[in-house]
Amino acid sequence: MTKQIIKMTVNGEVQEVIAEPRELLIYVLREKLGMTGPHVGCETSHCGACTVDIDGKSVKSCTMFAAQAQGAEITTIEGLGSPDALHVLQESFKEHHGLQCGYCTPGMITRAHRLLEENPDPTEEDVRIGMAGNICRCTGYQNIVKSILSAAAEMNASKEAAQ
Amino acid sequence: MIPSQFEYHRPADMAGALAVLAEHGDDARVLAGGHSLIPMMKLRMADVPHLIDLQDIEALKGIKIAGGQITIGAMTTQHELIADTALHAAAPIIREASLQIADPQVRYMGTIGGNVANGDPGNDMPGLMQCLDAQFTLEGAEGKRTVPARDFYEAAYMTERDDEEILTQISFAVQQGGYAYEKQKRKIGDYATAACAVSITKENGTVTAASVAMTNLSDTPVFSEAANAVLVGTSCDTADIKAAVAAALEDIDPTEDNRGPVAFKKHVAGIIIKRAIERAASRA
Ligand SMILES: Cc1cc2nc3c(=O)[nH]c(=O)nc-3n(C[C@H](O)[C@H](O)[C@H](O)COP(=O)(O)OP(=O)(O)OC[C@H]3O[C@@H](n4cnc5c(N)ncnc54)[C@H](O)[C@@H]3O)c2cc1C
Ligand code: FES
Ligand code: FES
Repeated sequence: MTKQIIKMTVNGEVQEVIAEPRELLIYVLREKLGMTGPHVGCETSHCGACTVDIDGKSVKSCTMFAAQAQGAEITTIEGLGSPDALHVLQESFKEHHGLQCGYCTPGMITRAHRLLEENPDPTEEDVRIGMAGNICRCTGYQNIVKSILSAAAEMNASKEAAQ
Repeated sequence: MIPSQFEYHRPADMAGALAVLAEHGDDARVLAGGHSLIPMMKLRMADVPHLIDLQDIEALKGIKIAGGQITIGAMTTQHELIADTALHAAAPIIREASLQIADPQVRYMGTIGGNVANGDPGNDMPGLMQCLDAQFTLEGAEGKRTVPARDFYEAAYMTERDDEEILTQISFAVQQGGYAYEKQKRKIGDYATAACAVSITKENGTVTAASVAMTNLSDTPVFSEAANAVLVGTSCDTADIKAAVAAALEDIDPTEDNRGPVAFKKHVAGIIIKRAIERAASRA
């Protein structure tokens, strides 16, 4: 079937890839663009490990064809922070033991980032409802929720300090 | 989990989409949010040689409220339905039900049009739309027609829509009175074991109109005329609700699956219908 050139902005850089229409976005990101942060957990739209941010929406990239992302702006965990300059959420997950094996973490943090963009001052319940699309086999969620609430508080404090 | 190959079309407008449908007939399917269709394609339970992505068609987007009518474009996402404050004021049951569908990521992508057109008995919007007496607008080469939600569903994955038609919009009246959407599921993100949409209007303590519709308790959504008839004219006290639940249970036909055997489903349905009627009545 006709291969297509797909042009999208990934973590601020314009990328062009050639893909068959049936290629799922997660594989194009991981295998063609080297963005191996988003993981394949279930491949059946249930776990959220493959979550990326597309035009301001948290999306399970195993449930989207790359062709649908033609023209889109995508942010993966690689675009949120780097080993030398961790994102506040990454620091917070590290600090509060928000991860054990770490497999779910890129999806968790990418989703949490969008949640805090939409609702900078969430309650614990808001976090639990907002994170319901991400599954973790290790932590029991308690420390994930704590990490996100703590990151929110820190982001709000630095916003206030800047004003 | 890789779908078989297909040709991808991304028309800019309705005319373009209808032209591809007309050209390829049965071999073409429209793609809305993809969160029912893509999983089916990955499992190779749906084979779609020509996929028509509707995302660029502006005419299929947006929520309008005017003259007592609410009109929602088919490509409006569940996330947008939840976030829209004017819609929440005009029909609060929409947000209540939408928040019980899937999980946040799915709701950013899943559309109201895809949810009602899909024909999966597990989808929550079809029962809700029957409760609200919504009208679906279908557009094909021959023009437009309107089908009531209550007449749209024929069997699992079988609807009134012709293969070459696109569902463009959904409309229903601004809601008055009490409402509730109750759903029992095994976990967040799961389809209903049983769910029920109810709307109730009262005058001077007497029910003047009632509408009870159920999800995943038959191979189509079930709108229970019998339950409605039981409730109208009553004060909706405990005995009235019990009689309405009994009437509604007569109308369902659940099947055994991984959510449980038939007897269990009927038991859960009884509880969910009762809660939905009680809560709607308390808000009426
Ligand atoms: C993990 C998970 C959990 C879920 N849980 C629930 C749940 O609890 N309740 C629930 O209701 N749903 C649930 N869903 C399904 C979700 O809500 C879907 O998004 C929805 O059923 C379909 O909408 P869509 O826009 O994604 O449609 P698509 O998947 O794009 O399309 C579905 C079908 O409808 C057809 N179609 C779509 N739009 C139109 C149109 N405008 N005109 C004609 N035909 C059209 C397509 O050709 C296809 O056959 C879940 C999905 C997932 C992945
Ligand atoms: S890999 Fe996409 S949801 Fe699990
Ligand atoms: S830390 Fe192991 S799955 Fe979440």
